[in-house]
Amino acid sequence: MRRLLVIWALVSLASPFLAGAREAPPVGEDPAIERRMMTLAQELRCLVCQNQTLADSQASLAADLRQEIRELMQKGESDEEVKHYLVVRYGDFVLYRPPVKSSTWLLWFGPALLLVAGLTTLYSVLIRRRRLATADPLTADQEQHALALLSEDERQPS
Amino acid sequence: MKKLAALRFLIPLAAFLVLSGFLFKGLWMDPHQVPSPLIDKPAPAFRLTQVADPGKSLSRDELLGKVWLLNVWASWCVSCREEHAVLVEFAKTGVVPIYGLDYQDTRDAALKWLGTLGNPYQASLFDQDGRVGIDYGVYGVPETYVIDKAGTIRYKQIGPITPEILHDTIVPLVRKLNA
Repeated sequence: MRRLLVIWALVSLASPFLAGAREAPPVGEDPAIERRMMTLAQELRCLVCQNQTLADSQASLAADLRQEIRELMQKGESDEEVKHYLVVRYGDFVLYRPPVKSSTWLLWFGPALLLVAGLTTLYSVLIRRRRLATADPLTADQEQHALALLSEDERQPS
Repeated sequence: MKKLAALRFLIPLAAFLVLSGFLFKGLWMDPHQVPSPLIDKPAPAFRLTQVADPGKSLSRDELLGKVWLLNVWASWCVSCREEHAVLVEFAKTGVVPIYGLDYQDTRDAALKWLGTLGNPYQASLFDQDGRVGIDYGVYGVPETYVIDKAGTIRYKQIGPITPEILHDTIVPLVRKLNA
């Protein structure tokens, strides 16, 4: 009796796995192409879940596009040609690494420009400060006076 | 000179205002509206069977010479249901022929949908594997394209068509293209 109970418990514990065992999604037959596809898909944006890459996304469009990329690669197309295929259909938006062209110059070179502007400002401020510090040296009289005032201050701490 | 020096303190304020301007504009922009690279490009070619009759096919080139709408829909698409009523009403006006692209659907479900909700389409193309959808850069159903007499895509609507969009954008555009 006890043995039967144990068997029953084991079977019922395992049943969700038995019932839930579905066919695994088809993985490309060629591991080399699969690897290439996944590497490329890391750089491509899924149009449906826009903060995910094509490699990560579970959206059905992403699955279709991964399949499309596999097929293009099997036909011998290069990574660039695959990217072009997607850009023609969905625009530069699919690329996580935007191309350098006139409309993206500000994006690509803006940070460097800001850095240069910041460094130039910092440099000119420092130069001006140094000039201020050395511009009007005290005369001998003034220095005497200043020392006198300072020592007076020391003698009478209020 | 002194006056200029005083103005220096306004620089951060100016920078802040410019930044606020950009951020404020960003509040009203929808990141899901990705501009299509296909605008003003030839509509991708296709030859698909019709939903109503697997024996009849239709290609892009057979539609050359008239202005037409391509409406991407599917029976599983929730916002298409909302849009469908607008399309059925619009089709009655006869301003422009509407062709459907039934995207990743089954024939049975599609025919049932058309039977119960009405059929605004001259014909619906059956794009079971979504290949034509990919060629048209479809990423969110429903989507609608306005295609001119030369087979060029002139406008793309992402998301459901509303009476306002018809009135303000699509009808004037169709009139212009037909003129």
